[in-house]
Amino acid sequence: MSAAVDVRPPPRAAQPLRRDLALIAEMIPSASRVLDVGCGDGALLEHLVHERGVDGRGIELSQAGVNACVARGLSVIQGDADTDLKDYPSDAFDVAVLSQTLQATRAPRKVLGQLVRIGRRAIVSFPNFGHWRVRWRLLHDGRMPTTASLPDAWYDTPNIHLCTILDFEDLAAELGLTIERALVLDSYGTAKALGSMRLANWFGEQCIMLLRRG
Amino acid sequence: MGAGFRIMSAPQHRPETLVHSASLPGHRVEFGREAPLVLDSRAELGPFTMAYQTYGRLDEDRANAVLVCHALTGDQFVAETHPVTGKPGWWETMVGPGKPIDTDRFFVICVNVLGACMGTTGPRDVNPATGRPYGLSFPVITVADMVRAQKLLIDHLGIEKLFCVTGGSMGGMQVLQWAASHPDRVFAAVPIATGARHSAQNIAFHEVGRQAIMADPDWCHGDYVAQGRNPRRGLAVARMAAHITYLSEAALHQKFGRNLQDRTRVTYGFEADFQVESYLRYQGSSFVDRFDANSYLYLTRAMDYFDLAAEHGGVLANAFRGTPVRFCLVSFTGDWLFPTSESREIVHSLNAVAANVSFVEIESDKGHDAFLLEEPEFAKTLSGFLKGSAAHRGLR
Repeated sequence: MSAAVDVRPPPRAAQPLRRDLALIAEMIPSASRVLDVGCGDGALLEHLVHERGVDGRGIELSQAGVNACVARGLSVIQGDADTDLKDYPSDAFDVAVLSQTLQATRAPRKVLGQLVRIGRRAIVSFPNFGHWRVRWRLLHDGRMPTTASLPDAWYDTPNIHLCTILDFEDLAAELGLTIERALVLDSYGTAKALGSMRLANWFGEQCIMLLRRG
Repeated sequence: MGAGFRIMSAPQHRPETLVHSASLPGHRVEFGREAPLVLDSRAELGPFTMAYQTYGRLDEDRANAVLVCHALTGDQFVAETHPVTGKPGWWETMVGPGKPIDTDRFFVICVNVLGACMGTTGPRDVNPATGRPYGLSFPVITVADMVRAQKLLIDHLGIEKLFCVTGGSMGGMQVLQWAASHPDRVFAAVPIATGARHSAQNIAFHEVGRQAIMADPDWCHGDYVAQGRNPRRGLAVARMAAHITYLSEAALHQKFGRNLQDRTRVTYGFEADFQVESYLRYQGSSFVDRFDANSYLYLTRAMDYFDLAAEHGGVLANAFRGTPVRFCLVSFTGDWLFPTSESREIVHSLNAVAANVSFVEIESDKGHDAFLLEEPEFAKTLSGFLKGSAAHRGLR
């Protein structure tokens, strides 16, 4: 049979990837196996599959998102990070990605545990509640902060488990995880590898962590 | 199936026997003459005929073949006017030039399943050993047997690997069986509106249908063909009951409500006062002109027996361990025969073996039959999945 099975799909006219997703993509080795948990409309997955030869899968909560992904030729299922990760075998993926989703899960600690079980490495990105602007809003206005990365009012937000970079660092330590890389994005989307987590906690609006067990 | 809204009186022409299958268009091949097919029941079948239809052109690599598996009362006439009913093919919404299963690109094969009545050997045909119609002496067929027979045909056509196997309902069961039994012969699998096993409720509905057929005196203990009779009433009732399960309460309400049929008031009798009654009667009576009652018994039984996990130590995931097949499962919100939970169970098992799987649930109030109808979101999904898979397969 002459039709090769593992021919990569032809590259498409690439849409510019959102800045934080591009940074995540850079952390992922080419041709690896990746599970994107909460993959949304599949922008990151599509980039990884088409530009980087990744064997990519996705889970997405919203049915509309799933249907859009599958119609784009991506392997995505409708599912919930809180309940559906337990089905996957350990070490099934090289990298498990959880981008901008952890804070919206019911049990972030369990989800993070599942993530590093399924993937040899995990990449987690989340909005940093320790950013100076968040602190200032609360301190100065005495109201729940809304910012570019936390745009919803308190009664509307899906983010039920917000944390700061230091909080996340504590949880990672508690779960016995090693933070291999940490990047923070300021309000302009500029990535910085701030040496001290305390400093990062003041100036990072979003944070991206590359984690592994042990 | 086919839920087209037509209210008509029963056709006047009532042939006692169905159109002779030998006169139907399409291809047929005989198998099992040298060595009979050994069935799940340990019974042996042979020789037997497989009738099939193809659309599009098989490319030089023989890599672009799509096997479409038909549902309980479907047949091989997927994308052309049906030679018996004169109606459009049962999946013309999905199969054809420029359609999601694009016959300009893919070579589509659809085989009438073993035990059916459109040219493939079934209980209506003559048993070469006795010279009499098989009737109930026809061996009980399972979904795995259907797939065994289909595989003989795929081998015969020289197709090493099917690009895709797809189908809905009983067709979806065949898709799952193909993927489980021959993972190296299937590149992509699209089981639609189906389950890995037939539920108690679905077995119950089938039993109602079978009992209706067997209660008809014209059934003659299954020997009606030899006796020149046909259990039309029993089969029609079976179809009426089944047809309700293919729709949904919302669909029935929208189509018919409590509207009366050609009258302004109820008649205080048992005529078809309501449109929904008239519709069901039509569905029942038109069905018997194209379907064989014993085939209905055998094929419903095949569905009832289907339990993919049971074949694999009770663990569905074992059926797919290490599978290279790319899966795309589709369910419909309004389907109460094969609800989304059935598809989700398959998805969980596929996840458990880290298989490549997509799963979409399509919003539709059209019931189980939604997969046969115009559903743009479904078409987009299937089209996108096939395009993505074709790119991975390196198809032109």
